Amino acid sequence: MASTASNSAGRFRQALETLTLRIGALVVSLFLFGIFIKCTGKSPLDAFANMYKGAFSSWTAFQFTLTSAAPLLLTALCTALPARLGMVIIGGEGALLMGGLSAALVGLACENCGPYTALIAMLLAGAAAGGLWIMLAGALRYYRGVNETISSLLLNYIAIALLNHFVEGPFKDPESLNKPSTRPLADEHQLGSIPGMDVHWGLAYGVIACLVCYFLIQHTTFGFAVRTTGANIRAGRIVGLSVGALTLITTFMAGAAAGVAGMVEVAAVNQQANASLISGYGYAGILVAFIARHNPLAIIPVAVLMGGIMASGNLLQTNMKLPDATVKVLQGIMFIVILTSESLYGRFKIFQPREATEKPHTPEKKDDGKPIAAPEGGLAVG
Amino acid sequence: MADAATSLGWTGVAISVLGGTLRVSTPYLFVGLGECLTEKSGRINLGLEGTLVMGAMTGYGVSYLSGSPWLGVLAAGGAGSILGAMHAWICSRPRVNDVAVGIAMMILGVGFAFFLGKALIQPTAPRLPAIELGSWSSNPQVRSSLQVNVLLAIGALLAPTFAWGLKNTRWGLWLVTTGESAEAARAMGINVNRVRLWATVAGGFLAGVGGSFLSLFYPGSWSEGLSSGQGLMAVALVIFARWSPVRCLFAALLFGGASALGPALQSAGISYGYHLFNAAPYVLTLVVMIITSSRSKALAGAPGELTLGR
Repeated sequence: MASTASNSAGRFRQALETLTLRIGALVVSLFLFGIFIKCTGKSPLDAFANMYKGAFSSWTAFQFTLTSAAPLLLTALCTALPARLGMVIIGGEGALLMGGLSAALVGLACENCGPYTALIAMLLAGAAAGGLWIMLAGALRYYRGVNETISSLLLNYIAIALLNHFVEGPFKDPESLNKPSTRPLADEHQLGSIPGMDVHWGLAYGVIACLVCYFLIQHTTFGFAVRTTGANIRAGRIVGLSVGALTLITTFMAGAAAGVAGMVEVAAVNQQANASLISGYGYAGILVAFIARHNPLAIIPVAVLMGGIMASGNLLQTNMKLPDATVKVLQGIMFIVILTSESLYGRFKIFQPREATEKPHTPEKKDDGKPIAAPEGGLAVG
Repeated sequence: MADAATSLGWTGVAISVLGGTLRVSTPYLFVGLGECLTEKSGRINLGLEGTLVMGAMTGYGVSYLSGSPWLGVLAAGGAGSILGAMHAWICSRPRVNDVAVGIAMMILGVGFAFFLGKALIQPTAPRLPAIELGSWSSNPQVRSSLQVNVLLAIGALLAPTFAWGLKNTRWGLWLVTTGESAEAARAMGINVNRVRLWATVAGGFLAGVGGSFLSLFYPGSWSEGLSSGQGLMAVALVIFARWSPVRCLFAALLFGGASALGPALQSAGISYGYHLFNAAPYVLTLVVMIITSSRSKALAGAPGELTLGR
């Protein structure tokens, strides 16, 4: 890591800078979104009120928000983990579909098992399918130099084709006429709710996955190797790190997270694999990861915020007659503003470490060292 | 259509693949040529998928409101240029990564197009006229297969024109120099950011025009499922074509052929594995990238400043 700011004060300032710029960017994007809504002839204040009402105003609404946040926690990891290695992976949607499809098929194959055996088998199947799917993009990057951003997006489209083929062909439930699907899972094999709330266990899976990944990246030798290689792949090679193994392991974990998101959607929400799985959680996860600066811990609050935005989409449609793409517009604006705000890092003196402000002849403060998107010369683009 | 296809048997499949290739390859060609120009300047625009969808919506809307499909094509190019200018402006700021901005532009373009295009799903807009290449035949299926559009001819002419212009005009040399080495370009007094701005705007214009082909000629109406990654595949297409506009033309025909396979087989009554055949262009793109990429060395013909090809 470039940030050798060992003193906690410097680190605190950096965190404060990130937080301030991120919140500022979110406020600016809400403002721009408000202007857009105004241009379409609706009231922006109504829109914000409906969004708050639909997402955070009551415990019921907040439970919807958390239910939407659950898959986002996992698909965000699919982009965030490889990003720490300097790779831009946007294949979360495909990994989610493959994970969901595999989990459904394994769940049907285990119809006679006990509920725990079946759920664990489904979890493993989802993780393995998603993991291998994204590991393919990682392996192509490492062994053939294939750009992982493009390959992972192509894999999304291939996953959609495979899902449609299997649910309309070999594994179609003859009773699912309007919407071709696999047979529904047995009731006792469905993923239940967390006690005391109307939110399924997928939320816990997501939070645990984020915490584990945070610990792994920030506090283990493996994480240190990933961060070193992500900051400078040559440095990684020189100190003898196996870049190939790091790439394969990281992309597998990333895909496994998104695969579990697919398993959760099948086992707790849809009860079967069908085209409802293609609902954009993979793409929204990319946005969550970028807003969180690929920090697994920061993913948790950002995913809840994004879950709220997605959950409030229905209310915008019914109460304000806004199209369902409204949420997409807001997401696009947020993404653009967040990326543009990256250029403001280091511009505000108040956030700079003391020694940097006292020595004006030192070169402009370098970036915080995190490969926020792929740094030049890093693995992704270099 | 299905009856005619079965009566012609496998010849019918071949003809509809051929006709499909000519039609489907046009958007690939335009987005590919646009991306080729942008990448020649040393920057990559992954957002052309969003530009394509936005162009399709704008073109359809303007054609519907004005009654002139050609005005729609122009408006689609204009919308694409605006998105391109946005991309270029954001990327010109320090510490901003062009790949990430491309992803954001893709989400934004698709979002805007779906939002503004809701009202356009029902109405029918005037379409672009067709050139009947199959008028020699009395078979209706041959005739309908061989309908092409003048945009394909324009694109086919643009490809060699660009190739010539990149080598022989001052603008072309500025563009190539900027893409090869920003340092060298600055030393020559070229404004790097301005060259990249215009290259991205031009790329956006062409991608927008490619989008208008989707909604105004083939398939010929606006819907949210209109584009399925053509804008993104064009990025891979440019790598495959080794940043040569003429090779972009042939690559576009190849990709168009792969995309035409699924619908052609379906029209011949072969429906099993329909979705798998539809995945052919994506698999082809992936295979092409695996073959053409290299682990150790830079891609031949890649602009030196391009972060993607290294």
